[in-house]
Amino acid sequence: MIRRTGYHVAMSIVSFLWVAPILWVIVISFRSFDDVAANGLGSLPHSFTFSTYKSAWEDADEFRALINSLLVTIPAVLLSLGLASIAAYGLARYSIPFRRTILLLMLMGNLLPPQILLIPISRFVELIGYYDTLIALIAVHVGFGLGFYTFVLHGFMRDLPREIQEAATIDGAGPGRIYSSVILPLTRPALAALGALSFTWIFNDLLWSITVIRSGEKMPVTPALLGLQGLFVSSWNVIAAGTVIAAVPTVAVFLRFQKHFVGGLAIGAVK
Amino acid sequence: MRRVSPLILAFVLVPFVIEAVWVFWPALQGFWLALTSWDGLSAPRFVGFGNFSDMVSDPIFRTALKNTAIWLVLFGGLSVIGGFGMALLLQRERRGVGIYRAALFTPVVFSLVVTALIWRVFYQPDGLVDTVFRTVGLGNFVRPWLADPDTALYAVIVPALWRQIGYVMVLYLAGLKAVDPALYEAAKVDGASAWQRTRYVTIPQLKGVNSVVLSVIVIDSLRSFDIVWSMTRGGPYHSSELLSTYMYSTAFQSTQLGYASALAVVIFVLALAVILGYLIRAFREES
Repeated sequence: MIRRTGYHVAMSIVSFLWVAPILWVIVISFRSFDDVAANGLGSLPHSFTFSTYKSAWEDADEFRALINSLLVTIPAVLLSLGLASIAAYGLARYSIPFRRTILLLMLMGNLLPPQILLIPISRFVELIGYYDTLIALIAVHVGFGLGFYTFVLHGFMRDLPREIQEAATIDGAGPGRIYSSVILPLTRPALAALGALSFTWIFNDLLWSITVIRSGEKMPVTPALLGLQGLFVSSWNVIAAGTVIAAVPTVAVFLRFQKHFVGGLAIGAVK
Repeated sequence: MRRVSPLILAFVLVPFVIEAVWVFWPALQGFWLALTSWDGLSAPRFVGFGNFSDMVSDPIFRTALKNTAIWLVLFGGLSVIGGFGMALLLQRERRGVGIYRAALFTPVVFSLVVTALIWRVFYQPDGLVDTVFRTVGLGNFVRPWLADPDTALYAVIVPALWRQIGYVMVLYLAGLKAVDPALYEAAKVDGASAWQRTRYVTIPQLKGVNSVVLSVIVIDSLRSFDIVWSMTRGGPYHSSELLSTYMYSTAFQSTQLGYASALAVVIFVLALAVILGYLIRAFREES
């Protein structure tokens, strides 16, 4: 009994300390500038205001940055999963020559440190005239993520029973039809997990954004948040508000797809 | 097996070609550029392994290499220990455990930039960290944490750990769930203590998860860029420089594109053993 109480007390303290930094930043985001200036960032709040959020949203134009993020993230997620699922389908269900080599090459591409690609990619997008466009950013995310998604979906599709495909073939369905109305619906759990994961990965990206995008008004919200620091030097309450705004979308996706999300992270672990 | 239709070939080839254009081809170019000297304006000039011999006498490179090693040991090691410990504490389903898990997991969904800014607010002069230090009588230790070359690297590792521990915990929780409970029962019947059950049943059963976690951690450590870039940009005086941040500033601020590519190759070589291990395991599972 005492042990159990001790356990819960200790774990409650750890959990509280873990979320404390987040709570603290939320508290600061509602403090007025005068309050912060007079009492310091380490004190308890003496004020309550929404003007910090207004500054971050309008003056720093985080609204536009959020739109940019969604304009990149949503097409990138859909395209990567769409392309990865057709590749995985072909590789898992048909005897393509060199299928194993192809699959491993694709996975290897995803394991490369991105640093090796930065300079050639920034040159390449410049060459084809897409430097500083959201399209370039989408293409980079799709290209770099494909290998991993294909690998995971391949593992999933390979384990589906052979008979369903045979039954569909006897009924006269072609390969395209089998993909769209038999295999894809059965792969939905894996697609949901990867969808939730890739949304946060792409939304949270910094490195690729600052490599292929230059103008401030095209920056997605994650890199834009860094710019906020320069814009509101030492207005930490506004920066805190901007941080909260930038964190909301991924938290929302996480809460909505919690089970898939955690399941997705664990996909690699139990193999 | 059945004959492969053109549609299926296209299904595989289109994504493969896309990855080839955006990953394989640039990667090959990256390796080639590492053997050149290039300012981005005139044509790249072939210098053989000149960039690599320059590194030997480059003090910033040595700092970055040392910091990357520290990062690997502290960030990697502590996140494995912390994540595994938390997974052991939180593996049993009982009341409250869901809340504790959620609390530890929350930072994982944030971007590293968000994480960095949360902690920058923390580290500000007269911020919460300083206030806490003063309250418990350690006021003498207070310093500009991120601006002091002696503390900057460690002040960046703390937030990185804060975010990574929850992630490693989830990986281990999934692994622990897959361990057959009958093994514990058998060990219990044989009179094994809780510690002995962890040491001789749990840990050996987690071999697969361990190797996945190890690869993920090493690859993540070598890739780490966002958190350092958002907090210190590798400064002050390169004291928190990692190979990844040094590569980025060499490429896009001092535009020494050949030397930067060579730095990227060093990162690749360091990651190679782990990448190969990961691929060999994937290969075995496929066959």
